[in-house]
Amino acid sequence: MTIKRIGIVCPYSWDVPGGVRSHVADLAVTLQGRGYEVNVLAPVEDPDTLPEFVSNGGRPTAVSYNGSIARLSFGVRATRRVRQWIREGDFDVVHIHEPVAPSLSLLTCWAARGPLVATWHSSHERSRMLSAGYYVAQTAMEKIRGRIAVSEAARETLVEHIGGDAVLIPNGVRVADFRDQESFAIEGTQKILFLGRIDEPRKGLEVLLRALPHIFSGLERCEILIAGPGGPQEYEKFLDPQWRDRVSFVGAISEEEKRRTLRQADLYVAPHIGGESFGIVLAEAMAAGTAVVASDLAAFDRVLQSGKSGRLFPVGNAEALGSAVVEVLTDQHQRRMLVEAGNARVMDFDWERVVEDVIAVYEAVHLSGEKVEEDLRGQIAGRFAGRRSRDNEETP
Amino acid sequence: MKGWVIGFSVLAVLITFFVLYLGMTAGRIDRLHRRIDVARLALDSHLLRRSGVTLELASSGYLDPASAVLISETAHAARLSTDLSSTQRDTAESELTAVLNAVLDVEAVEMIDDSLGGHEILEEFAASARRVELSRRFLNDAVRACVQLRKQRSARWFQLAGHTPVPHTREIHDHVVYSQRS
Repeated sequence: MTIKRIGIVCPYSWDVPGGVRSHVADLAVTLQGRGYEVNVLAPVEDPDTLPEFVSNGGRPTAVSYNGSIARLSFGVRATRRVRQWIREGDFDVVHIHEPVAPSLSLLTCWAARGPLVATWHSSHERSRMLSAGYYVAQTAMEKIRGRIAVSEAARETLVEHIGGDAVLIPNGVRVADFRDQESFAIEGTQKILFLGRIDEPRKGLEVLLRALPHIFSGLERCEILIAGPGGPQEYEKFLDPQWRDRVSFVGAISEEEKRRTLRQADLYVAPHIGGESFGIVLAEAMAAGTAVVASDLAAFDRVLQSGKSGRLFPVGNAEALGSAVVEVLTDQHQRRMLVEAGNARVMDFDWERVVEDVIAVYEAVHLSGEKVEEDLRGQIAGRFAGRRSRDNEETP
Repeated sequence: MKGWVIGFSVLAVLITFFVLYLGMTAGRIDRLHRRIDVARLALDSHLLRRSGVTLELASSGYLDPASAVLISETAHAARLSTDLSSTQRDTAESELTAVLNAVLDVEAVEMIDDSLGGHEILEEFAASARRVELSRRFLNDAVRACVQLRKQRSARWFQLAGHTPVPHTREIHDHVVYSQRS
């Protein structure tokens, strides 16, 4: 194996849960399991709680970025830190996540050269991509040898706005982590789970709440658990007082709690009404051995194999959702079949498999013996000196 | 007199910025050329690995003699083509892909998979084929970016690409159907 040491850069604060951050953590742990030496560089607020494979990239600053508050590292000190990490890391490959994010990622693109791989996670708006700073960013990004996109949407933005190509490697789930969780069924009561931001309409909580009368009239003993950040006040109007004790809002939960909660639920409901590009949470539910009922968005339909590994209902249709829930929870046979099919399906999204594709990309861009080095050429001077002679392939 | 000085300094500033811009663009082109060099080397090494694994598969005895002779001869031709022009080479590699796709049908793959050690060699083959696809994609990506930049007026007028020949994309039919599974 010619690739041994891998550096990964995460642009967002390590202390704040988030999609990119957990992607990076899962990737790092899975690669370590394969025998690679992995080091992650990320902004960190509290250095005492760091796992040993994470390097402190400095204290992040909270700024408004891409429509929300992000905790990023930038400036002279961050640049120095990135350069030092590259020098001391002695990496064979450096994998940069969200390379356009104005944080450690962009700085690494700028300060490193050699076998660089980058993964695009989110879709960006066009206006920002055309701003003046983008010329500089693009210059730095032309050094990236292999580009990955986690979803078709992310790939499209990249192709349209930056141009060029990217390989699609979807998000993974660490299936074993979900299976590890203890699961105990509470006698008699059936738990239905909703996960996601409550105040974000596209997560579709309203659809589930409108289906409540249907669900409660069909199922004598079931509880609804709603987990996710946001205030429940605006949903009061859907809640008949007689159901108060059967619907609980538990607020935001940690990754660890999410795994446990999923494992203990009998049914996971995904009533999303749009905007999902992948649906990682469906895969997580399947990994936890929980039956899934989801709206038939294109992304969900794909993950659930058109209903084979999870029950689908028409987007936004509360009545159909209600009947689907009642049917799956009364028909034990059907529920078992869904769980079994889900268990098999989720193996396609297992990090153990996804990581193979990522390693293939590393190997496709890495020449044996190559290392990632600090890019010492000044941004202007020193360009014309030391031009290597090109290979003479073009001569007939 | 004063207007003359102002005019002159404005011109000087403009020229400075323009030269800086040219320098930056030249740097970008240079970097892309380097990336293309590396990507070519990577692609060539993965092509060699793929034909190597193919030869191993042919001599393993898992396949019927006709298939074995067919793929070993094509793989051999592909390996010899390294001395030829890149177009001839790409043709030879595309032919290898076509032959592999014809030979490695569902039945053949099942048969190899069930033999002792067959699963490992199939996995190695699939991995090498996948890496060929990826590295060619990355090479062509770099070539397209480079050609686009070199087409800019400033790059053409000021010869920012130096004497480096215009790079070409490599067109190889490299999609081996089997490599997509497992």
